[in-house]
Amino acid sequence: MKRIAAIFLVGLGLAGILLAQGVLSITGAGATFPFPMYSKWFDEYHKKNPNVQINYQSIGSGGGIKQVTEGTVDFGATDGPMNDEQLKAFQEKHACAVLHFPTVLGAVVPTYNIPGVTGSLNFTPEALAGIYFGKVTKWNDPLIADANKGVKLPADDIIVVHRAESSGTTYVWTDFLSKVSEEWKNQVGKATAVKWPVGLGGQGNEGVTGTVKNTPNSIGYVELIYAESNKIPYGNVRNAAGVFVKASLAGVTAAAAGAAKSMPDDFRVSITNAPGKEAYPISSFTWLLIPSKISDAAKRDAIKGFLSWMLSDGQNYAEALSYARLPKEVVAKEKKALSNIQ
Amino acid sequence: MATTTTIVPSGGPVAGSRSFLSRLRDGDEIARLITFLFAASVVLITALLVYELWQGSALPRHQFGLNFFRTSVWDPVFDQFGALPFIYGTLVTSAVALLIAVPLGIGAAIFLAELAPLRLSDTLEFFIDLLAAVPSVIYGLLGIFIVVPLMRNGIQPQLKQYLGFLPLFKGPAYGLGFLTAGVVLAIMIIPYIISVSREILLSVPRDQREAALALGSTRWESTWKVVVPFARTGIIGSVFLALARALGETMAVTMVIGNTPVISPSLLSPGDSIASVIASQFKEATGELYTQSLIELGLVLFLLTFILNGLARLMIVITSQRGSGTGLA
Amino acid sequence: MLSMTGVCAVVAVCVLFFILGYLVYHGGTSISWNFFTRLPAPVGEPGGGMANAIVGSAKLLFLATLIGVPVGFFGAIYLAEFSGTATAFIVRYAADLLNGVPSIVIGIFAYSLAVLPFKHFSTFAGGFALGLMMIPITLRSTEEFLRSVPISLREGAMALGAGKWKTIATVIVPSAYRGILTTILLAFARVAGETAPLLFTALGNRFWSPGWSQPTASLPVAIYNYAISPYEDWHRQAWAAGLVLLALILIINIVARGILARSVSVSRS
Repeated sequence: MKRIAAIFLVGLGLAGILLAQGVLSITGAGATFPFPMYSKWFDEYHKKNPNVQINYQSIGSGGGIKQVTEGTVDFGATDGPMNDEQLKAFQEKHACAVLHFPTVLGAVVPTYNIPGVTGSLNFTPEALAGIYFGKVTKWNDPLIADANKGVKLPADDIIVVHRAESSGTTYVWTDFLSKVSEEWKNQVGKATAVKWPVGLGGQGNEGVTGTVKNTPNSIGYVELIYAESNKIPYGNVRNAAGVFVKASLAGVTAAAAGAAKSMPDDFRVSITNAPGKEAYPISSFTWLLIPSKISDAAKRDAIKGFLSWMLSDGQNYAEALSYARLPKEVVAKEKKALSNIQ
Repeated sequence: MATTTTIVPSGGPVAGSRSFLSRLRDGDEIARLITFLFAASVVLITALLVYELWQGSALPRHQFGLNFFRTSVWDPVFDQFGALPFIYGTLVTSAVALLIAVPLGIGAAIFLAELAPLRLSDTLEFFIDLLAAVPSVIYGLLGIFIVVPLMRNGIQPQLKQYLGFLPLFKGPAYGLGFLTAGVVLAIMIIPYIISVSREILLSVPRDQREAALALGSTRWESTWKVVVPFARTGIIGSVFLALARALGETMAVTMVIGNTPVISPSLLSPGDSIASVIASQFKEATGELYTQSLIELGLVLFLLTFILNGLARLMIVITSQRGSGTGLA
Repeated sequence: MLSMTGVCAVVAVCVLFFILGYLVYHGGTSISWNFFTRLPAPVGEPGGGMANAIVGSAKLLFLATLIGVPVGFFGAIYLAEFSGTATAFIVRYAADLLNGVPSIVIGIFAYSLAVLPFKHFSTFAGGFALGLMMIPITLRSTEEFLRSVPISLREGAMALGAGKWKTIATVIVPSAYRGILTTILLAFARVAGETAPLLFTALGNRFWSPGWSQPTASLPVAIYNYAISPYEDWHRQAWAAGLVLLALILIINIVARGILARSVSVSRS
């Protein structure tokens, strides 16, 4: 018994030492929304470059910002760009800036579960803001019914579901609501975690999806891919041009196209409620957060190598996973920005 | 139970008057020092933990002071933080858990200690102890997939139908909420109540039982009216220990409580608890005040457990001094 | 009235069997050779496994035992053999407090002590957090087993001229050896299933984690992440991992109790 234990322990120790040879390990953490995309990318990149392992953990956008600022991870990822205060905090801690690199585009959709309603409901921004404010309490409220003539909506209470924990998805959703409702902007604001006026919390996109699926007369917001994988109904949202658009990759790309022309140099831009007839109004870029100075030369080269691969070959994997690719202009701009990483 | 000091014959005139260095040579003093260091490290670690929690929550303590305990607002955007809904949620879910687990647990312990034959009692105890070893993540998953639908579709509508006039059962039946979290917690803490209570009941001296039976009481009467009261403080001690576990339970609760910081008299309402909100938000809390407020919540929970542990120790010490023998900890 | 209490006991046991059955039903199909040998596959691709989580958990628990057991063991020797009542009370109270600290707070503590100063998540930090949780259990129970050694054995050793330390090393600890081993196994089983302390320390890893200073995957965290994902294949893997974890802990408990039962009959003979 003792001998077996000793052999086992020695074996573990050896395994620990041997496996440590030769592999460059890079750790990143952040948004859960692009996790399917990133896990595919890092896997593919590892297959092409076996000595580079990029380990990405989806701990949430806020986590990505926090940990990259603390310096405990090599890069972060977020669905909501860092605000000026957070940028300053990073600058103070690291004596260099943090760079945002958009990777893909995604959409947040309103999903619901109303007994008897199988098609896609139309939601005006006022209806969504009213529902999440707790002012629109019944499904047959005129704000909803007027946009859905011909659909029989029940007179039941709406059960609102939101994310329990901090999340980039919440950031995109509240960013949209802040743009379309002055009241929301002043009283609730946009952030990865807010003080919700009403509603239940679900853990993760999956928690919200699960709660909506199992609770009649409920509404929640989730990433497009989660709605599609779980085959739950989601509604059309009226965009800034007055058209009711159902979330799709084309709609998201249309929303980004407008922004591409006026993209700021630091890539921090919000594309919710974007102009254009085909634009889906609750779209967002998602970003990788890379420190502008990386002292470890091997890591720096590996990260830059990954980023240029991501901007060229990597984009081809996006559509299969229900993410929209970056517009060409943005890709070109990013390729030039790569030289900022030193 | 202090160890007896033994005089080791080693040549000096009187045991206590040997110099430090010569005692050191014996090896005993080294042993004493080394083991003391390890024991002291336990105290140091605990003290360090409290210190870290205290330091790590400096900002909200200065900014909010005692208002932290009077506000129900938790607003990460506008930097308003109040602990009240979480303290409420922690206490309510633990109370519900105890209300369910204590009668069931003590009942089971009485059965195992007094009424079951020894072999059966040991076998059942073995399985019940295994229940305590189930990881809390799994309890959370079972909570989501089994308890929540059961609550939403079965139990909660029944409660509303028959007891809906009470403020305890008002509001829609979501399935998630205080009641569900309390039920899941109850399942998790029952093994602790059963194990410890059974030990304490087993340690009640035989003469107590025999005296009762000699005076003509029935089996049940001797158990309920003599043995259990004798072990009363120890059993209460076990309840406090189970409560300490319930207060700090994180994963299972955060998956079924609804994560809504509200204070509501209704058990059907969703809520939140201290451990649950720390688990949900700590990883992503950006901003010093936000992060430190979460740490202050951790401090509050630590204090709650501190007080309860103290009470439990006191109870158990009282039982020991009354001669029930095992002096359990 | 009597039968009511029996019902209570039966209810408690039934819950355990129900839990086991549920896990077997949902996770049983995913237990395969792949599960034990492959790394996680990207989302949507079947055939991934949890090999790195299993090895990661093993490394974390190994480190936890290395940290938690010596402190608990030697501290218990001090309490049982050397200390006065006042020191003993303080040490025991501190151990009980540490025991009552919620695992999430231990995680935060380990994060500030073992992650922030070194600027990375690591297996070491995770093992440290779990080790902290093992200390109070090991300390209190080992002390009880040491105290239960009959005084006649101690006095016999003393009478033969053995010093304190020699008595402890050659007589007391060996006779309490089985109970102490049981304690260690039980503390091990307790921390094997803990998730919260690992979230902020060992983080997680999609690949193998070489050495001790990289983040590592672990079974409880993997269960949590997979269970809240939208992919059916990952859900099944989460149940399978839950089954493997529970089976591991049950086996350890059974072995520990088997050893203890034998030690009781040994000391009776």
